[in-house]
Amino acid sequence: MSELTLTVMRLGFLAVLWLFVIVAVQVIRSDLFGTRVTQRAGRRGDGQPRPPQQRQQQAAVAAAQDRRQQPQNNRQRRGAPTKLVVAEGSLAGTTVALQGQTITLGRAHDSTIVLDDDYASSRHARIYPDRDGQWIVEDLGSTNGTYLDRNRLTTPTPVPLGAPIRIGKTVIELRK
Amino acid sequence: MSASNTTTITSIGAPNRRNTELALLVFAVLIPVFAYANVGLAKNDSVPAGLLGYGVGLGLLAGIAHLLVRKFAPYADPLMLPIATLLNGLGLVLIWRLDQEPSLGKAMAPNQLMWSTLGVALFVGVLVFLKDHRILQRYTYISMMLALALLIAPIFFPGVNGAKIWVTLPGIGSLQPGEFAKIVITVFFAGYLMVKRDALALASRRFMGLYLPRGRDLGPILVIWVFSLLILVFETDLGTSLLFFGLFVIMLYVATERTSWIVFGLLLSAGGAVVVSSIEPHVKERVQNWLHPLRLAPNGGVTETAQTMYAFGSGGIFGSGLGQGYSRLIGGIAPKSDYILATVGEELGLAGLMAVLLLYALLIERGVRTALAARDPFGKLLAIGLSGAFALQVFVVAGGVTGLIPLTGMTMPFLAQGGSSVIANWALVAILLRISDTARRPAPSPAPSPDAEPTQVVRTQ
Repeated sequence: MSELTLTVMRLGFLAVLWLFVIVAVQVIRSDLFGTRVTQRAGRRGDGQPRPPQQRQQQAAVAAAQDRRQQPQNNRQRRGAPTKLVVAEGSLAGTTVALQGQTITLGRAHDSTIVLDDDYASSRHARIYPDRDGQWIVEDLGSTNGTYLDRNRLTTPTPVPLGAPIRIGKTVIELRK
Repeated sequence: MSASNTTTITSIGAPNRRNTELALLVFAVLIPVFAYANVGLAKNDSVPAGLLGYGVGLGLLAGIAHLLVRKFAPYADPLMLPIATLLNGLGLVLIWRLDQEPSLGKAMAPNQLMWSTLGVALFVGVLVFLKDHRILQRYTYISMMLALALLIAPIFFPGVNGAKIWVTLPGIGSLQPGEFAKIVITVFFAGYLMVKRDALALASRRFMGLYLPRGRDLGPILVIWVFSLLILVFETDLGTSLLFFGLFVIMLYVATERTSWIVFGLLLSAGGAVVVSSIEPHVKERVQNWLHPLRLAPNGGVTETAQTMYAFGSGGIFGSGLGQGYSRLIGGIAPKSDYILATVGEELGLAGLMAVLLLYALLIERGVRTALAARDPFGKLLAIGLSGAFALQVFVVAGGVTGLIPLTGMTMPFLAQGGSSVIANWALVAILLRISDTARRPAPSPAPSPDAEPTQVVRTQ
């Protein structure tokens, strides 16, 4: 066997071996799952009221995101909420797109929104759509209760748009 | 409170990745076939006659395993099976390549192919019959007794090359029970620590920044330590005792999140190793070889450690090419099992050795990833324990061969010649696949709860 063939085979084999490693790493990369967290522009943690310009910018970003989600929401009724927003508490500013899935809230690490709140139970509440697409909030037997406006929940209750759901120090709203 | 973090959370489901696995498997079967042809061309100037049979055999094994994974663990991790197949295939080629050297004794590759077939059969058996890994939790203390029995058994059989790690069954051959004990004892540790971890983690006093556990909680770790030292003394097997003690410390750390366990573990194992290596002649000799590799051995030859160093050096970065190295010169006891990495290093060079080590790293990473994704604490501990045991074994062998730690008689998983090792590691991968299937399975759609029906809100529009 000629020297050249053997050299080509030797380097070729190493190349193929490394190609396998690289492909395997690519598979791992495409295999990440769980929740995707996107940081949006306009991070301000100072608690100062923002200049209107910046607020507009953020509104524009939010609007752009809404437009992107539009095709998925076509089948929903008009006036149906498209996202869940954490308005107060340590997670303030977090939004979750409503795509017909059940959203679980609590301290348990597999909840959709993991509450880092002393007054929250590990499986505190869930928010889910009923057959007509109306969103319902249900308390899952929490210790300190879930409040819709001022009323403590005892039964699964439909959530109106913009009504505050209180869990400990966290306030959650459904928005368009 | 201002909108300090503006984040959007969307959930992405874990897709079923079986087609990716199939593509990778085809790749993983073709690479060893290429290597096989390469060895034949280099050694005999011809494509080896068994190429087709060998390729079809490996392909058939991988194909059957893949089909059964598709049927019984459809959401399992897509990478573990291809990586294990590739490593096993490469091991077969390397053993066949060393069989071509008449000075290294009789051919081992056909036997190894048979053991690999048995290994894949056990893999399939575990996937088919172990429907849920939590069943293993019921056998916590039975596994402890079984593991003890497996570990103690070799004491009653004659040692081979100074280490008593074998059980000889007349007419069948010899078994290394330590390889199976590795899996069984992980089941015990996972079940035990799941129950005891709160006591171990919470009941402790703080002293100089370290959490000191209570005396009675320290009991188990001391028992395991004494036990692994006894293995070291009576079986003169450094690798197995390091594996068991290290495995226990890893699982203890994962279960309790207390760094102090790692500190204790390192102190205890260092102390134990120093004491035993100063009194036990076999271990002492290994340590001396490691500290002074270039000194001549008592029989006038070079030490095995030095010979593997020469092999790595002669390989350089890109290696000498498969079939063109001088691994036959490694006059050690086991060039096909303990020193197979030296052949990899010489014939594939640093580049090839790194690729092989990365394959092991990827397999271990998938195991750790499975532990992270698992939902139940027992599954988490079991997955981290199994991948930890695998990682420790790779570290002990690779570290020993490359001269980082004293050499011990363990086998490189999948790559090295040895029936028990290949069978046990296929079973290990099967359990990891079972856990990852459970972990990655999408949650069932929530059933409407029956007690909600009477209080259902009826909207009249």
